[in-house]
Amino acid sequence: MTALTPAEIAKIAHLARLDVPAHEQAQVAGEVTRILTWIEQLNEVDVSYVAPLANPHDLPLRLREDRVTENGDVRAILSNAPEQAADFFSVPRAVE
Amino acid sequence: MSYVQGRTGEWERVIGLEVHAQVTAQSKLFSGASTVFGAAPNTQVSSVDAAFPGMLPVLNRFCVEQAVRTGLGLQAQINLTSVFERKNYFYPDLPQGYQISQFQHPIVGKGELAIDLADGTSRTIGITRLHLEQDAGKSLHDQGDHATFVDLNRSGIALMEIVSEPDLRSAEEAAAYVKKLRAILRCLGTCDGNMEEGSLRCDVNLSMRRVGVTTLGTRCEIKNVNSIRFVAQAIEYEAARQVEVLENGGTIVQETRLWDSAKGETRSMRSKEEAHDYRYFPDPDLLPLTLDPAWVETIRQSLPELPDAKKARFVSTYGLTPYDASVLVAETATAAFFEEVAKGREARLVTTWVTVELFGALNRLGVGIEDSPISAHALGELLDLMADGTLSGRLAKDVFAVMLETGQAPGRIVEERGLRQVTDTGELEKAIADVLVASADKVAEYKAGKDKLFGFFVGQVMKSTGGKANPDLVNKLLKKGLGVG
Repeated sequence: MTALTPAEIAKIAHLARLDVPAHEQAQVAGEVTRILTWIEQLNEVDVSYVAPLANPHDLPLRLREDRVTENGDVRAILSNAPEQAADFFSVPRAVE
Repeated sequence: MSYVQGRTGEWERVIGLEVHAQVTAQSKLFSGASTVFGAAPNTQVSSVDAAFPGMLPVLNRFCVEQAVRTGLGLQAQINLTSVFERKNYFYPDLPQGYQISQFQHPIVGKGELAIDLADGTSRTIGITRLHLEQDAGKSLHDQGDHATFVDLNRSGIALMEIVSEPDLRSAEEAAAYVKKLRAILRCLGTCDGNMEEGSLRCDVNLSMRRVGVTTLGTRCEIKNVNSIRFVAQAIEYEAARQVEVLENGGTIVQETRLWDSAKGETRSMRSKEEAHDYRYFPDPDLLPLTLDPAWVETIRQSLPELPDAKKARFVSTYGLTPYDASVLVAETATAAFFEEVAKGREARLVTTWVTVELFGALNRLGVGIEDSPISAHALGELLDLMADGTLSGRLAKDVFAVMLETGQAPGRIVEERGLRQVTDTGELEKAIADVLVASADKVAEYKAGKDKLFGFFVGQVMKSTGGKANPDLVNKLLKKGLGVG
């Protein structure tokens, strides 16, 4: 496993919207590299003859009929929103 | 083939389209919330759509059927196993933090679609794939001062993303592609195709290359192109922009650009660039979707006659021109209307009355054929009154106008308003004699060689009979009266 760089950690952190301060990035890079190296032991197993397994249970995907089953309670849906205005979720402005 | 003329030579446009078509269904792709357009904000949101913790998606069988039906209508490969994956990005109108979509294993693979061009030719355009995915919610940026308001009614509604091969070469071809795709979707009943309501949205991928070059240039993706007219405008603008950059020695940056219909230009969406790392992975909440081949076959058997097949039939059965046929088959309801009127009647006459008189009237009223004040039965009755001589073409147009206004049957209008054309020879002879006596000076001029006056006499007879005289009979009797018959 090639060691992750602090720049890669910064990018991954940004994509996941995690705040990893610059002075911690080198340390986190080392930790994540060690975790990935450990997981890479799995590559030692030959799986070339095994089909990818989506789920250990041999079940088909469950489907539902096309029916409206929700009554659309706007109060309940908005009840956990930190901010709301006029029946909308209100969030910090998302365009420049 | 149309090219873009630059300063240094000719350039070819290479265009591929991604169309997002909202699946016609009562409920959402993975939840039981309603999909009806125009509801009050956040009233059609389930806890799945709002991504409450622990909520699990359950796939809507009918949405799957609609995707299969669309794939079959595009003569595409149906993949009996497909996989839902998570496309990860953060935006306020995507509460899950990911969109459930299909990536490596879409439900529908390669297909094709024939586009009809203005010169009467058609061309086959490749379809790369069709996959099912969730729509996002709607963000309103201009309501609060420093806030974005989010309405999740659209969140989780099923979309079909239909991707074309980069086979299109002009704005005209791209517009023809969207028109044909829309007609097929509407015919299949899998998407209502309403671009104003956002049921059909289009992203344009465009790159330029010098004529003769066979490799692809760097492309830009133009988002937010939401009418067929804007598709054409956005392509012309972006093609000119790219040629300008390339001819000045610059390079095209692969990026997403936004179409601004008010300004008629595309512009860079810088903020979204780094969000392109979507880190797809199979959604652990959903197993692979497997289809029973017998079920797919049942859907295939239930397909309606598609626009291309219907057009060919209209040309061969009714003797219509390909152009008239393509106009009539563009909407299933119009084709059905035409066929009802054409039953046992002269098809070309029916075509003219439907495409010229009726379409003209409906356009003026701003209604579709479904809401036509004149039914197919009533229009047929009007044409019968022309065929049996009760009405002249001119009177038929008058009766048509009254039908449009009152919704009354043509037979009743003819009786009540006395619009029956005068075919009584004696009555017409008397009217002609009166006209000739009253215009004795004109008769003398006519006999002295002023042939043009014949039209004047016809006009006078028509006027004195209130427009009801049979024109052929007037011509015949007038010639006789003037001694030239």
